[in-house]
Amino acid sequence: MSWIEAIFNILVNPLFYQMALLSATPLIFASIGGTFSEKTGVTNIALEGIMLMGAFISIVFTYLTGNPWIGILMAVVVGVGFTWFHAWASIRWCADQIVSGTALNIIALGLTAFLMKPIFGNEGRTDFIGRVQNVKLEFLKDVPFIGDIFYDLSPFVYLALISVLFSWILFYRTPLGLRMAAVGENPEAADTLGINVFGTRYFGVLTGSIFASLGGAFLSVGELGSFGENMIHGRGFIALAAMILGNWNPVGALLASLLFGAAEAMNLQLQSSSIISVPNTVKPLFNMLPFIITLIVVGGFVGKSRSPAADGAPYEKKA
Amino acid sequence: MESNMKENIDYSSYAVVMKDIVKQFPSVLANDKVNFFVKKGAIHALVGENGAGKSTLMNQLYGLYSPNSGEIYINGEKCKIKGPKDAIKYGIGMVHQHFMLIDNQTVYENVVLGLEPKKGVFLNRKKAKKEVKNLSEKYGLQVDIDSKIEDISVGMQQRVEILKILYRGADILIFDEPTAVLTPQETDELFEVMKLLQARGKTIIFITHKLYEVMAITEKVTVMRLGKVTGEIDTKDTNPKQLATMMVGREVLLRVEKDAPKLGKKILSVSNLWVKDNRRLNAVKGVNLEIKAGEILGIAGVAGNGQTEFVEAITGLRKAEDGKIILNGIDITNFSPLQIREQGITHIPEDRIKRGLIEEYPVYYNMILGKHEEKPFSENGFLNSRFITDYSTKLVEKYDVRPRNINMLAGNLSGGNQQKMVVARELDNTPSQPKMAVISQPTRGLDIGAIEYIHKTIISMRDKGIGILLISMELDEIFSLSDRIIVFFEGETIGEVTPDEITREEIGLMMAGSKNVFHSTERGESDETK
Repeated sequence: MSWIEAIFNILVNPLFYQMALLSATPLIFASIGGTFSEKTGVTNIALEGIMLMGAFISIVFTYLTGNPWIGILMAVVVGVGFTWFHAWASIRWCADQIVSGTALNIIALGLTAFLMKPIFGNEGRTDFIGRVQNVKLEFLKDVPFIGDIFYDLSPFVYLALISVLFSWILFYRTPLGLRMAAVGENPEAADTLGINVFGTRYFGVLTGSIFASLGGAFLSVGELGSFGENMIHGRGFIALAAMILGNWNPVGALLASLLFGAAEAMNLQLQSSSIISVPNTVKPLFNMLPFIITLIVVGGFVGKSRSPAADGAPYEKKA
Repeated sequence: MESNMKENIDYSSYAVVMKDIVKQFPSVLANDKVNFFVKKGAIHALVGENGAGKSTLMNQLYGLYSPNSGEIYINGEKCKIKGPKDAIKYGIGMVHQHFMLIDNQTVYENVVLGLEPKKGVFLNRKKAKKEVKNLSEKYGLQVDIDSKIEDISVGMQQRVEILKILYRGADILIFDEPTAVLTPQETDELFEVMKLLQARGKTIIFITHKLYEVMAITEKVTVMRLGKVTGEIDTKDTNPKQLATMMVGREVLLRVEKDAPKLGKKILSVSNLWVKDNRRLNAVKGVNLEIKAGEILGIAGVAGNGQTEFVEAITGLRKAEDGKIILNGIDITNFSPLQIREQGITHIPEDRIKRGLIEEYPVYYNMILGKHEEKPFSENGFLNSRFITDYSTKLVEKYDVRPRNINMLAGNLSGGNQQKMVVARELDNTPSQPKMAVISQPTRGLDIGAIEYIHKTIISMRDKGIGILLISMELDEIFSLSDRIIVFFEGETIGEVTPDEITREEIGLMMAGSKNVFHSTERGESDETK
């Protein structure tokens, strides 16, 4: 069977693993961002929009300053400011968190598309603006297989892995982590113990937006060096699925992101495989692969994961 | 008068002094110049019906509400309590009626939450565990410190709540209706703990509306009614009857009066019924019983001996594995709940929030749940709104559901009024009179006024010729309502008695599994309770 042969060929090729890692990177950032938010009890379906803003702002400031790192910094600053609307509406005003999150997604889509023309002079996709240099690990250069995967990678990949470690320690090894979980489970109980429920929730949502912005910035200045309209292309929602599949645990989110990344890599590799030929008319079906895997996995596993009990429920203080 | 007398007294011998507290909510004056004095080292009861303002008063002491006016002194020192943080600082701790616990965190995490021992920036789990362990040993509060809250019993959850406030160094402990969720055994254990706490120098404020508990453990009682203090008295100088009168404002029948039953024909017969529980283990093992029209059959037993599964099988909520349930000659075994309803069995479920009502619906929809497809509530597939509103208005009046507002969401009613609403719906004879009522825990968590009302209603339904199956953990309730009593033990019926041939103690033994009690004793001298 040519199909099995094609898949086998992909699996023994280190390029597949590198692509899986790169496809997973934005998902890792965003799913950790979502975990920060939902851990404290605020649903964040705005990940998609925050990522898009991150991708856009980082390119804009790279364009203006010539330094992609300044672009990334500004992406984080603007991303936090942008997400603050969601935090403020859902925490301070007890707004429906799905509505305010959706609003952010729509605003990000419209705003970035609208601003492309005045800033870059063209629509759809910008020219190459600039990107962050890859990190080359010389000691891995000649190691077979492993070296092929890890020798030449974007620093974002390492940053993503560090983020996982950082958030895991924060969640499970610090008093703040314990309090975040308490606020997401039973805000009233946390309140009676003198824990600042609103403050903790703002911290969760806004810290989460830093990671989501980084995930967006990776796609533009970390990988392509340019910005395209709607370039997040549903990754924010896949990241949400990774967060759920990972059971609101950063390490789980990492593994789930890697799974979805592998699905995406498999899709791309199969399309370019020389053993089987995929007709152009069928290619869109292949592009659905990550989403279909998401659906199957989330459908099959979601019952087994347990969301924070007060996730999505606004907290109103008594008189 | 009481307050004038105390005007010149030195407050330092009092752990808590609340003077002239006024708390106005938008629609109700919850505390009207309340004076509340608690001596250091006392166990002091605060009693009153639901809505009397007890919880509001305590929430002000704990800083969850702030009073409109009035003064609070803790250990003789005047203070302003702006939030739970302040209350904790003054050594006040509260065991809330609805536990304030994080279900998926461990016992020790819950105890230290908000005041965690640290090592650098990290949580010091080792130290946290050690401190919780020491504390639990010191006060005899046995807990599994590494278990998650969701995996431990309600009684243990309550001990975690107590540990939480002791961990914060509380000297004044407020218990808000702590026994409402406990089994009788757990209640006894709690009382032991309270006595030990008192022996260690703690002051305890005990909110309750169960009067025998007041008599059993407290030294002083403050009674509240409609936002005012109606009396403060030494426990040894009072009795349940007097307290009940102070609480309700009129004489209350602590036991309902009833005539001998006028038995009709057999309504329900259950033979060799087997039912499994959620773990697929046999919970009901071959139960046989019969109920006649116009009688109340009480089922006594310690919780978890198959009563719940038995009721669920009869009402169609759970599959009967074997056996027959026959209603008026029709085999209704494993009918759907709707079919069973249509046959004339009505059901007051033990958990009113989960199964008795929909909190997000207004009273008028709750009043027709389960009958909503029948005429005259709906016609040609449309709800008959005008009839429903008129009908609900009538029922709210007839069954004394307060406030008299059918547009109110059921979730915003007090527990007693929610229960009256459920009772009204289930026992009312529109569109047709029920033939048989399955009533579980009808008065759980209710105050004595509401209990009296519901008991009277149940008796009057009996007198109309309805067969009633009553399941209750409250022995008093079983005793005062039932015409016959069957005791459940480990899924089997262990004996059948009538209330006037057995004592509470004997039935207690039967509930613990002893079959021979009845034969080994003389005829009991009726059901003397206190």
